[in-house]
Amino acid sequence: MNWEAVLPLFIFIAIIFMIGIWAGKFVSRSDSFLQEYFLGGRSLGGFILAMTLVTTYGSASSFLSGPGTAYNEGLGWVLLSMTQLATGYFVLMVLGKRFAIVTRKYKAVTIVDFLKERYQSKWVVILSAASILIFLFSAMSAQWIGGARLVQSLTGIPYFTALCIFSIAVLVYVVVGGFRAVAITDGIQGIIMFIGTLILLIAVIIAGGGVSQIMHDLSVENPNLITPFGADGSLTPAYVSSFWILVGVGVVALPQIAVRAMSYKNTKALHRGIIISTFVVGFIMLNMHLIGVFGRTVLPGIEIGDTVMPELAQAVLPGWVAGIVLAAPMAAIMTTVNSLLLMVSSTIVKDVYLNYIRPDANDKTIRKWSMGATALIGIIVVLMSLQPPDLIIWLNLFSMGGLEAAFIWPIILGLYWRRGTKHGAIASMLTGVLSYIIFETFYPQPFGMHSVVTSMLLALTAFVSGSLLYEKEAISS
Amino acid sequence: MKRKEWTDKRYKTANREAWTGVALVIFNFIWWFGFAYGLGSKSPESYQYIFGFPAWFFFSCILGFVVMMLLTVFVVKFFFKDMSLEAEEE
Repeated sequence: MNWEAVLPLFIFIAIIFMIGIWAGKFVSRSDSFLQEYFLGGRSLGGFILAMTLVTTYGSASSFLSGPGTAYNEGLGWVLLSMTQLATGYFVLMVLGKRFAIVTRKYKAVTIVDFLKERYQSKWVVILSAASILIFLFSAMSAQWIGGARLVQSLTGIPYFTALCIFSIAVLVYVVVGGFRAVAITDGIQGIIMFIGTLILLIAVIIAGGGVSQIMHDLSVENPNLITPFGADGSLTPAYVSSFWILVGVGVVALPQIAVRAMSYKNTKALHRGIIISTFVVGFIMLNMHLIGVFGRTVLPGIEIGDTVMPELAQAVLPGWVAGIVLAAPMAAIMTTVNSLLLMVSSTIVKDVYLNYIRPDANDKTIRKWSMGATALIGIIVVLMSLQPPDLIIWLNLFSMGGLEAAFIWPIILGLYWRRGTKHGAIASMLTGVLSYIIFETFYPQPFGMHSVVTSMLLALTAFVSGSLLYEKEAISS
Repeated sequence: MKRKEWTDKRYKTANREAWTGVALVIFNFIWWFGFAYGLGSKSPESYQYIFGFPAWFFFSCILGFVVMMLLTVFVVKFFFKDMSLEAEEE
């Protein structure tokens, strides 16, 4: 076992435990359990708001496979990753104050709450809750497996034990502390990710002999590595640009992201949040992907993309520093998993149980159900991670684009366009999800762009025509 | 509609700020695209370098990040208004 790497990891888990228990005090003190548990009592300040947004979004996929792909593709992939800079300001500016005002008027705690009040339709609630459950559950399982594998590869502990350690760490603080615990640990883990990538980047530049030397080495190996077009010239401008939709502006429609846009305390928090999240997301994305590209000259011939970052850290840093740096991808996974877990449990408790099964439940029952559901979902995910079913892995491929295609218009137009109706919303969700799955399966990259772009356009057409057509019918009848 | 959800004095400011976000994204995209493919489409032998990075990458990704950061700070400090977010008493 690599003790120098294990120790920082365990200290880190211990700190997170304590935060969970501390945040649990707010939960037991609060007079509105639902608001506190699922939304932190709408009290987030700017810094925590920014961190929880960035870290929820920057998951294992961007933290491990991102640098891995950059390692293989060169600077073209860093260019692609910088499309994510937009998320820093766009989400909070576009949902912005209007979303905060409207959700307070509706007393909405979840995204489904908001859609329910806006469209007053049972079908909108069922469709949106179903897509959240299906897509986020599979996304969460995939991340969970990633987390356990990471603990395994860093420490040499067997997969099963690693899975248990990771699961207990996450479950305890999320179940006990709710949204506040999630947001605060996101803040701390965000700092770790920020510092971790910075240290590793500097170490890799030094190990590679400076930026000019690295660029020279890369262009000798394959000149395409320093062009915007990828190692074999296959990254076309249209394809790379379509990531502005998938990982840039489209992120506004991810429920786990959008819910954070209703959690802040006041406009001061929002303003600070916008500035900090733009800085942090740009900084982390740029550094992390550059690490991958630079790493190619320092440690050539790594076969599995996901191992680029751990191997680099162990190669260029002293053991205990590597341990701290490697807590960063761990943090990235935890911060995504914890938000997804809470999102799924809020959908079950708030949107399904309280809406349709027991609308008259009292505070004590809700409390029991919320914590119980969170714990239960967590345990199901853990069991599934022991031997992940193929269905989960398949669904996870569609989770990000599928959710974006489903929710973007019902949320954005629901907020800003008065004439949008439930018919538009239902049509838009169905069109978005189904067309996305069909495109991805049978005809990826229509018009040379990521399929999410076409699906969103179809979903927009469906929303507008669904809303307007029915309106006419209603008038003429 | 019920609860005056579509008429609220604060929406005017909120809408303007949302459009600012859209404008920033469009500007960001043009900057990013223009420098990356404008300077990066040449053959790699004729690239110029700034601080060791190819010029297209420096302008598009590094300077682009700095510019967007400054713009965001500027816009938020000077054009975004503080207001109450609470629902009014009915």
